[in-house]
Amino acid sequence: MDRRIFGLETEFGLNYVPSDGRRLTPEDAARHLFRPVVAWGRSSNVFLNNGSRLYLDVGSHPEYATAECDQLLQLIAHDRAGETVMLDLVEQAEEQLLEEGHEGRLFLFKNNVDSAGNSYGCHENYLIPRKVEFKRLADMLIPFLVTRQLLCGAGHLVQIEDETKFVFSQRADHMWEGVSSATTRSRPIINTRDEPHADAQYHRRLHVIVGDSSMSETTQLLKIGATDLVLRLIESGEIYHDLRLENPIRSIRSISHAFTGQTVVRLMSGDEPTALQLQWKILELVKGFVARHGAHHDQVERVLELWERVLVAVESQNFSLIDQDIDWAIKHKLITGYAAKNNLGLDSHRIAQLNLTYHDIDPTRGLFHLLRRRGLASSVLDPQAIADAVENPPATTRAAIRSKFIRAARETGRRYSTDWVHMKYEEGEGGVVLCKDPFATTNSAVDELIEMMRRPV
Amino acid sequence: MTQENFSARRENQAQPVETEQVQVNTTGTSAGVDDLLDEIDSVLESNAEEFVRGFIQKGGQ
Repeated sequence: MDRRIFGLETEFGLNYVPSDGRRLTPEDAARHLFRPVVAWGRSSNVFLNNGSRLYLDVGSHPEYATAECDQLLQLIAHDRAGETVMLDLVEQAEEQLLEEGHEGRLFLFKNNVDSAGNSYGCHENYLIPRKVEFKRLADMLIPFLVTRQLLCGAGHLVQIEDETKFVFSQRADHMWEGVSSATTRSRPIINTRDEPHADAQYHRRLHVIVGDSSMSETTQLLKIGATDLVLRLIESGEIYHDLRLENPIRSIRSISHAFTGQTVVRLMSGDEPTALQLQWKILELVKGFVARHGAHHDQVERVLELWERVLVAVESQNFSLIDQDIDWAIKHKLITGYAAKNNLGLDSHRIAQLNLTYHDIDPTRGLFHLLRRRGLASSVLDPQAIADAVENPPATTRAAIRSKFIRAARETGRRYSTDWVHMKYEEGEGGVVLCKDPFATTNSAVDELIEMMRRPV
Repeated sequence: MTQENFSARRENQAQPVETEQVQVNTTGTSAGVDDLLDEIDSVLESNAEEFVRGFIQKGGQ
């Protein structure tokens, strides 16, 4: 697909730290956090003016789902806009709590595990053509996704046989299946829930739930950019070598745990490449594909350069090549440097705190942001692009229609409801419009609904 | 709160969250590293164990 719809759903970890010893349960903290949202939209599950969805998910996790995007930098900006929206809620909640006599700080973490090992996700959505056979797609995609943690893992500390080790991925130890319809009971790498939010005759949604959340915009660029390229290769119908894994779940864990990339991965064909060799093979196939078909957007070259640089860095164990660009490497440098200077083991509480606070989305207190401010972590966006994405929808997708509808409904004060595809006006004769095309930016039936809202009932 | 949005920030207050990136020239030198580690210590909550152990939520998706 030359144009593809992308979306990112990020679940945040939430913790309230009292200064006065009076703790709040996560449920209470989440309720305080969402109070302005409920006041605004009469629900803790709303669509915002920028077309995104904001809600409280399973386990009291605040979640932000970006609007439909069709460009890489646009998607990254909209995901980062979610952090700005959350920070605004944190600020309001802390003030409100203080008024009620609770003095403390509310922390939101863009990570994937709490201290007890409970996991929550960052889900990637890719619109794919219905005509691509799903089994073939999964067979080809899973070897990539299992080894993709080398490129874009968030880094984590895990206790393995009495020793605390630095590993690539937060999420790897929480995956249980290759492909299934579950998300919480038994987490698969690819979720088969097929809600295209589009014309199901032509489209299908690929729901990838194996990825770590990204703090670094550069890591996000590589994560989504490389996955899109692999999908294009698969969609083209070009056959490539059979890379199906004998046991994807065993492999995803052993790859995460061996920081060398040299984990041997057993394929169904009987071959036994290392994780790195598998990644090199896929990169080679993708590069060949791009050479034959040309780059389909202006970030392709950057994605390929980053991809190759990460593989060289892992292979040579020279992490300085990527320690401003890739989350696990940025975090690894931070943690090993701090531990060495302070003579701490990786199992110390202080190091666990660094591992967690790296993901704190607060721009002054969060360690990723502290490093970025000091020029020790790269960015890809102009900060203004993030500020714009907080207020405005992507102009190139259906999100523009949803945004226009929501704004008009709120200006007129009319009762309305919306989801990804429906725009419903609930007063007078009312009406509902089904917007099946995620690439459409205008819809005359929605414009008529808006006209109707502006007339007296 | 406005009808427009639930943001607490008024239009004229709406500053990008991003602060300008400052390139610290001493980065990499031992003075730069010490300075960085000091700043890290200054932003971390003081009781590391309690802070980490206190963060327990139910699993999500």
